Amino acid sequence: MTTLNSLVLVCLAYVAFLFAVAFAAERAAVRGSRQWLRAPLIYTLSLSIYCTAWTFYGAVGYAARSGMEFVTIYLGPSLVMFGWLWVLRKLVRIGRTHKVTSIADLISSRFGKSNTLAVLVTLVAVIGVTPYIALQLQSVTLSLAIFAELDPGGEPLNKGPAAFWISFGLILFTMLFGTRNLNANERQHGIVIAIAVEAVVKLVALLAVGAFVVWGMAGGVGEMMQRIDQSSIAEWRVERGRWATVTFLAAAAFLCLPRMFQVLVVENDDDRQLETASWLFPLYLFAMSLFVVPIAVMGLEMLPESNPDLYVLTLPLLLEKDALAVLAFLGGFSSATSMVIVASLALATMVSNHIVMPIWLSLHGEGASVSGDVRHVVITARRLSIMFIIGLGYIYFRISGGSAALASIGMISFAGVAQFLPAMIGGIFWRGGTRAGALAAVSVGFVIWVWTMLLPSFGAGGLLTPQVLAEGPWGIRALRPQALFGFEALDSTVHAVWWSLSLNFLTFWCVSIFTFPRPLERLQGAQMVNVFDRAGGTTRGWSATAAQSEDLLIMAQRILGPEEARTLFRQEASAQGYSGNLPDPSPEFLQKLERELAAAVGAATAHAMIGQIAGGPGISVEDLIAVADESAQILEYSNQIEAKSAELSRTARQLKEANTKLKKLSVQKDAFLSQISHELRTPMTSIRAFSEILRDTDELAVDEKTRFASIIHDEAIRLTRLLDDLLDLSVLENGQVTLNRQVGSLETLLNRAVQTVQPGGDGPMKIIRRRINEQVLLQTDLDRLTQVFINLVSNAQKYCAAPNPRLTIQANQTDTEVTIDFIDNGTGISEADQALIFEKFSRLGDSDGSGAGLGLAICAEIMERLGGSIRYLPGTGGTGFRVTLPKVHAMAAQ
Amino acid sequence: MTERLEPGVFLERRSYRRRRLLDGLRLLPFIGAWLFILPVFWRQAGEEEARMTSDALLFVFGAWLVLTILCALLLWAYNRSGAEGTESG
Repeated sequence: MTTLNSLVLVCLAYVAFLFAVAFAAERAAVRGSRQWLRAPLIYTLSLSIYCTAWTFYGAVGYAARSGMEFVTIYLGPSLVMFGWLWVLRKLVRIGRTHKVTSIADLISSRFGKSNTLAVLVTLVAVIGVTPYIALQLQSVTLSLAIFAELDPGGEPLNKGPAAFWISFGLILFTMLFGTRNLNANERQHGIVIAIAVEAVVKLVALLAVGAFVVWGMAGGVGEMMQRIDQSSIAEWRVERGRWATVTFLAAAAFLCLPRMFQVLVVENDDDRQLETASWLFPLYLFAMSLFVVPIAVMGLEMLPESNPDLYVLTLPLLLEKDALAVLAFLGGFSSATSMVIVASLALATMVSNHIVMPIWLSLHGEGASVSGDVRHVVITARRLSIMFIIGLGYIYFRISGGSAALASIGMISFAGVAQFLPAMIGGIFWRGGTRAGALAAVSVGFVIWVWTMLLPSFGAGGLLTPQVLAEGPWGIRALRPQALFGFEALDSTVHAVWWSLSLNFLTFWCVSIFTFPRPLERLQGAQMVNVFDRAGGTTRGWSATAAQSEDLLIMAQRILGPEEARTLFRQEASAQGYSGNLPDPSPEFLQKLERELAAAVGAATAHAMIGQIAGGPGISVEDLIAVADESAQILEYSNQIEAKSAELSRTARQLKEANTKLKKLSVQKDAFLSQISHELRTPMTSIRAFSEILRDTDELAVDEKTRFASIIHDEAIRLTRLLDDLLDLSVLENGQVTLNRQVGSLETLLNRAVQTVQPGGDGPMKIIRRRINEQVLLQTDLDRLTQVFINLVSNAQKYCAAPNPRLTIQANQTDTEVTIDFIDNGTGISEADQALIFEKFSRLGDSDGSGAGLGLAICAEIMERLGGSIRYLPGTGGTGFRVTLPKVHAMAAQ
Repeated sequence: MTERLEPGVFLERRSYRRRRLLDGLRLLPFIGAWLFILPVFWRQAGEEEARMTSDALLFVFGAWLVLTILCALLLWAYNRSGAEGTESG
């Protein structure tokens, strides 16, 4: 017979073994071989903390009392796992993207990083989970008591001290492995491996007991089925409402229980883990519940008087299979301890992040930029929280007296945490959910749960008087705890779940619809609801100046540790292209930093700390666009594309035009070159011809020699002039000419032009001027202007075919411009030729061929440079040109 | 909304297959819920020709196992088709 003392020894050995495993895992993680620690199998096994002592002992008791209904507790989570593509994948992705630390963190983060909401969720979770922790203590002490009873020499177990020492041991283990890391945001490798081992132990233990019952006691599957058909639960019996409600409740609790959230979301590394768990975890649950009915039936038959919750232990003990009994005890012990460890750890994270740290930071309110490591504060806060939570479970256990059936305690917990479901699911799928809605919903659900489920669970005369239970508070029958609004016929669990969750959901929906979210809420909502669309997208939440980088570093050092913070900052600085340690506090970096901090102290606290340094969140226009309706984004996008396409076609048109112009210019250039060659060739030909005559003919008369030489000289001069003109024109056309602005009177300029053309005073042509009008001061390039005048006067002299050539020069001025007309009494220019005269090499009836046809082209270029113009003046009875100068350059004579 | 770049109307055969496998996975919890709710409508203790608990045991655990195997098979097929091609689902 196993004595209590040897059992305690086995327990201690087992715990020492777990210590060793956890320690080895931590070492392996430090050495860097994390790969197998992240294996999907380990992840799946860690999910098994869903199966607590409630499963291990309670499921059999549940089956003995209500038949097959126990299975709904496992069907719900199985359905959630099968449907991982619907909810879990999104939840896990959000958890990874936003570095969520707990369910309170997720909900507060989704609704604008509200710490109020986080505190509320934390409180509800602590109150909801405390009975569950008490349940684990109760099951371990009950199982110890069984062994104590059978110990012939021993005394009956004193449950109070036993539970106390169990609590103490659990606190020690959780603190040692849950808060070992100085980096509060590190994954809990040791714990995860330890619970994976415990998962195997409890599965093996339950399967061993089951196999013993079916094959060892009943004698095979067929015989076992016969026994089931003869038992007191042989006929199919199910309360229809409960069957559906409990399935749903288990599914909801699977997502909302803080410990499940911890292993499902917080400890998750990639989708691959979830993918494997989606079929492997239902298989685990299947195996865990496979032998529950056989054990219950066998227990009912063999031990009708004993507590059905402990058949797993008492059946092997009855047949004196001590080793099996000890294995079963270890299975139950594993279930209880792994649940308490993870649950208290998850709750401790919530309590320290959302309650203790904000209070501590506000008490030490020097601001976030004070130096000094606060990691020890975080760790201490967590350790105290773990003690507080397990202590609370112990107190609940002592108060409740450990009497109620295990299953009903578990159900109360489930219903309590399920109150997070509307806010959580609504939050990640519906952008319309608001902070006010979530706050109201969780509060309403919590109050109804307390009133209809938690308080009545202490029994009549517990926390509620029998009178309140029967008649309602102050005699208001509509508020009777177990018959709200007169619904008396419902089962108490169905009643509580139905009212609390439906009103919870309704409140969330209604309040959300009628309140308006703050910008941060909308931003977070958009990011979480569209987590798959905008996986890499950054939204700007903060704007800080470069001077604040140092403050940020100081703050980050306090929370992440000096080395880690400096590494983070250095990496960012080098990514930004700086050589030092301080990066620019770009919005992207601030967001990254906030997420790192959030992983350590939760989103709300991290947000508040960054906010202290960076000032109010500067939400940019882009963010608001991102928050705005999806269609607006698409519209924006399509508008951008449309604008770009219009711009492209505009550019194409411009290119086409430029191409046409270039082609035209190329043609012009060719024509120009051929004209130039032609113009140069004519004088060269005659120079060559006459120089050959001079060279080869010996007997030339002197006067002939002189004539030929002077022809060569004239042609050379013409050539030089042509080249001068060409040079001049090219300079003018290229715009390289520098204007030499001077002040001079128009009269002087005209005098100079006339004297140049007619050096000897009177020439063959008579020039008529009205000097009174020429008293105008001009500020312009006088030399160039004179050049134009000379050209015009000499042209008139050259080409005027009248018998008595006469040139009238007439100056006029208006408000804006000065005009000078040069009109002779020649034959004029035909309308067709008027368009051509300003082109290069255009010559009209140039009889002597002395002009190159560049004069007027040069005049036109000069006038353009001077800001004026020159054009042909038709209808003058002769040939007329008008030179126009803007008044800016003209000053009235003083 | 002019001239937005539309993806092709038809997917390549393999990615089409992958998407349908995902659809199958998405349907699985609903099939499960439908199966698991069925025993509620059976004749109960106290009614005539009541079903036996052993029937329910076989039915529920059978359905459970079938669903689990189906889920594993669908995932296996999905991953296999993904390993052959470069297309990501």
